[in-house]
Amino acid sequence: MTTAANVVTGSYTVPRRHTPFDVERMRRDFVILHQKVNGKPLVYLDNAATSQKPESVLRTIDKYYREYNSNIHRGVHYLSERATQAYEQARSTCQHFINAGDASEIVFLRGTTEAINLVAQTYGRQHVGAGDEIIISAMEHHSGIVPWQMLCQEKNAKLRVIPINDRGELLLDEYEKLLGPKTKFLSLVHVSNVLGTINPVRQVIEVAHRHGVPVMLDGAQAVPHVKVDVRALDCDFYAFSSHKLYGPTGVGVLYGKAKLLEAMPPYQGGGDMISSVTFEKTTYNKLPHKFEAGTPNIAGGIGLGAAIQYVNNLDWDQVELHEREVLEYATERISSVPGVRLIGTAGEKTAVVSFVIEGIHPHDVGTILDQEGIAIRTGHHCAQPLMQRFGIPATARASFALYNTKADVDALVAALHKVLEVFQ
Amino acid sequence: MADLRELYQEIILEHSKQPRNYRALPAAQHKAEGYNPLCGDHFTVYVNLDGDTIRDVAFEGSGCAISKASASMMTQALKGKSRANAEKLFESFHKLVTGHSESNGAESLGKLAAFSGVSEFPVRVKCATLAWHTLQAALKGEQETVSTE
Repeated sequence: MTTAANVVTGSYTVPRRHTPFDVERMRRDFVILHQKVNGKPLVYLDNAATSQKPESVLRTIDKYYREYNSNIHRGVHYLSERATQAYEQARSTCQHFINAGDASEIVFLRGTTEAINLVAQTYGRQHVGAGDEIIISAMEHHSGIVPWQMLCQEKNAKLRVIPINDRGELLLDEYEKLLGPKTKFLSLVHVSNVLGTINPVRQVIEVAHRHGVPVMLDGAQAVPHVKVDVRALDCDFYAFSSHKLYGPTGVGVLYGKAKLLEAMPPYQGGGDMISSVTFEKTTYNKLPHKFEAGTPNIAGGIGLGAAIQYVNNLDWDQVELHEREVLEYATERISSVPGVRLIGTAGEKTAVVSFVIEGIHPHDVGTILDQEGIAIRTGHHCAQPLMQRFGIPATARASFALYNTKADVDALVAALHKVLEVFQ
Repeated sequence: MADLRELYQEIILEHSKQPRNYRALPAAQHKAEGYNPLCGDHFTVYVNLDGDTIRDVAFEGSGCAISKASASMMTQALKGKSRANAEKLFESFHKLVTGHSESNGAESLGKLAAFSGVSEFPVRVKCATLAWHTLQAALKGEQETVSTE
């Protein structure tokens, strides 16, 4: 297992030791899981909201602050050099994680939401004009809707929406019909936070590119569960957040093809993103720093690097297999509870199970589950249009990560029966 | 640690399944909409006054058990009350669910005292008070949709 020391002192190439997947062993890495809530053992099933962090990530962040905290990129002293090296190494780790061509194509920012806003406000403002069209899908998170709405309002452009079927899959024929000479951009979620649907993004991108339309993917829910290769996908932009990927909050990545990022104007102005400043004229820094104004979340970036190292050390195939088994088990057991209707039954899914119970509001379900120590999320999950599409105000959502087990599913289902008891 | 039975009392469950005065008042003198977008509770409250007295009050909409039961029991409690008394009842109810009840407060609330458990589940206070705030807005003739979030 990689230690923080490797991360800091710069030996980037971590040998891929694929330890066989043992979920109980994995759970020991996540101390937060071992506590009681309302007198019952915590069953944490809200990973789509945020994931828990392994010891190695916590130690890395702690070590950064205890041993070499310093501002980066500008200092000539030892601590600042060490901090800069660790931060840039984390950038390199992110690059390799998604197989980007160069570290300069990795922009660190606050998260997926900020990444989408950045692209909308720089690339979007440059290329979208009156009468133009931007395509999104019916299953987007609000972060994949509102920035584009704001841009459309500003530019008098139009938002077009790819419809979905009742299983929560994109209607690809309808999608193709939306592409036309006025289409300037396509922004799509890779994996849905409500439905768990894994979209056929490679195919979608191929079709978009045939029409000369660049594509941005929201990978927030994808990177913890599926292998992402941005060059294989040929996406123009890709965004993900650290905190969903077993890393700390407050940091995320925007990947963009170098030639696109080069041509884009800066997002925020300030220190670090400049090359030289006078009151008459300022020149901007090269990539990726052009898009990184101000002191970043240094500890966060280094922590994200450690999270990716943690995940890289696992046998990804085994993790995927484990999560698929848990998903299948959860789907079968939850749908067998009387009155339950699953929302999101696509052929290709990550381990997310959204559901409604006849006659019982998700918030009541959530409160009763909480009393049993079970953490799920209830509500519209920042996807109000999606809720409308399914004719419901809210769902209950159980979302699983690599440390969840079939026993967690059993606890959830037992608690669901308790819900039925209370309301019968 | 709060007991679930204190929140989901029998009377609350009953009212959520069979809400009273659950209908529209077609020619209502006053009506207002309440909507908590984060959780999806959505109600319309209708009021007809006879001078200063609440002659009829009804509601429609959907929401969680707490919000629906609260709306139902509210309509029962307020029928025939004067506006001033309704206002006082709202204050007492609000104090009850936010855990600021006076010692004799529960008495005047009658059946509404069943909602005392909500004070142990602060995240559900907004559910319990939505219909009440909406009623207030209706009486004041406010046009904007009410929210307790």
